[in-house]
Amino acid sequence: MLTIADQSFHSRLLLGSGKFSAPQLMQQAVKASGSQLMTLAIKRLELNKPLDDLLTPLRTMKIQLLPNTSGAKTAKEAIFAAELAREALQTNWLKLEIHPDPRYLMPDPIETLAAAEQLVKLGFVVLPYCSADPVLCKRLEQAGCAAVMPLGAAIGSNQGLQTRAMLEIIIEQATVPVIIDAGLGAPSHAAAAMELGAAAVLVNTAIATSQDPVAMAGAFAQAVSAGHIAYKAGLAATQGYAAASSPLTDFLAAL
Amino acid sequence: MSFTQQWQQQNWQELQLQSRNFSLIDVQAALNKPQPGIPDLQALLSPAALPLLPALAAKAQQLTRQRFGHTVQFYAPLYLSNLCANECTYCGFSLSQKVKRRTLNHGEIAQECRAIKALGIDQVLIVTGEHERKVGIDYFCDVLPLVRSYFSSVQLEVQPLSSAEYNKLKALGVDAVMLYQETYHAAAYQQYHLKGKKSDIHWRLDAPDRVGQAGIDKIGLGILLGLSDWRTDTILLAQHLRYLQQHYWQCRFSLSVPRIRPCSGGGTVANPISDKELIQLICAFRLFAPELEISLSTRESATFRQHVVPLAVTSVSAGSKTQPGGYSVEPENLEQFSIDDNRSPQQVAKALIQQGLQPVWKDWDSFLGR
Repeated sequence: MLTIADQSFHSRLLLGSGKFSAPQLMQQAVKASGSQLMTLAIKRLELNKPLDDLLTPLRTMKIQLLPNTSGAKTAKEAIFAAELAREALQTNWLKLEIHPDPRYLMPDPIETLAAAEQLVKLGFVVLPYCSADPVLCKRLEQAGCAAVMPLGAAIGSNQGLQTRAMLEIIIEQATVPVIIDAGLGAPSHAAAAMELGAAAVLVNTAIATSQDPVAMAGAFAQAVSAGHIAYKAGLAATQGYAAASSPLTDFLAAL
Repeated sequence: MSFTQQWQQQNWQELQLQSRNFSLIDVQAALNKPQPGIPDLQALLSPAALPLLPALAAKAQQLTRQRFGHTVQFYAPLYLSNLCANECTYCGFSLSQKVKRRTLNHGEIAQECRAIKALGIDQVLIVTGEHERKVGIDYFCDVLPLVRSYFSSVQLEVQPLSSAEYNKLKALGVDAVMLYQETYHAAAYQQYHLKGKKSDIHWRLDAPDRVGQAGIDKIGLGILLGLSDWRTDTILLAQHLRYLQQHYWQCRFSLSVPRIRPCSGGGTVANPISDKELIQLICAFRLFAPELEISLSTRESATFRQHVVPLAVTSVSAGSKTQPGGYSVEPENLEQFSIDDNRSPQQVAKALIQQGLQPVWKDWDSFLGR
């Protein structure tokens, strides 16, 4: 079970909602993924409309909504978005995203930490999207974040675990769940993240822009599950030479 | 070095001739680059690239879907005034044009806003002619809060302003400023822009810097296709974009590539660009700048838009009226140019949904960028 704050989830796969071609397809992909947590951009919500294209289909599903502050360039904007989402969606869960660089969408560590500190005080369950920086992740944890979400690679880049060495340190040191967000382009990337010991992964582009998003959602679900089982079972150590499966020194025990 | 200094060092003729030097092999190499630079863009825009248009389009589409998903933003222009102190040979709003002039007042603006909202549109682009004195910063400051109260996103396409004026607009919540250079060819620019402040090419060329310095969220760049050699203009625009991205790293950028449409001013198009070449331009630019928002307006026909939007376009106008009061106050002539795609926003949206694209009516909010 994945436990974040006071809630537990069977699924360790979180989904993004922003890139699907149709709401129905998104619903089917969520089902196929078994995901119980889905993030959505607050700036896209049409809160004065009785039927929102994005929100209405999600509300009919049994899923924890994770509103995100995408579009915010500063802590101030992110906090405003958070308050708006808490009131409109009746949830204090928040994916904190502050990426002022529109080209590579890199998260701003300074604004993110400042916003996280304040949002925790305001009673939010904060899941910050951040750089794969071990010190920053500890600082976010100390600020009271319920999880940390370091990036595997640039958002939407499908490049996989480019930050692997840093992620290993982050996971080793963390006392809150580490959710690898951004850059996971294939189920094998997700499996690799889980094998490292990540608590969960978040995927959007690789599923939503696949030729068959529903099948791809299922494939990610299996990969996440396999990676997690493998992590718990304990991966064999790698070595630079061959090792015989039947050790030649067994006879020593009989002597 | 400022962009103007960089631009002054360019030799237009040389750049234009260079585009003839590329071979199919150069184009293939550019197509395979993970991050194509300016020389690669030149190859992709060259005549040698035309046989590879299907491959170029496929890659452009893949990059667009990867970055923006299966979504297309909707907006509508809101014309507030057709007063203009400029004389531009291609424009129906020019000073010497005998058209009825009008500037909307508060009541009329509110009426227009309600009419646009009724179309389902939540993102608007305010457009005016260029008349410093009557439709200048005071007018913008007066009407912006009103327009702002109706829409989640307000963009502005008006004359270039001063730094102090852009700071004021930022404080009033302008989300984007469109500053189309029309052409980067200095001599041609002077030929097309005969009178008024617009004839000062430097004032216009430096304006995106002033917007960037004011910290406004988005800057729209563009050229008016038909004025000069489109390949050379596109390369200079690409250089301008790179310069601006390096200096104003927090700004988003959008690209518009309108083709000259028949207007009440008439006239022939000196450097026409074909449908195929426009597709080449849009797709090549997508490879050069995967993060760029690309907009395609109702100047283009419904058929053309239906084929090109799914390739690399991220935002479309729909149901557009290009005259002040055109939606409700005075829905008759006076238009700046005639539009070609007359479908309603809902019709355009329905056609896109059938093509597997999700319309996005709202993607911004009043708490962002303020």
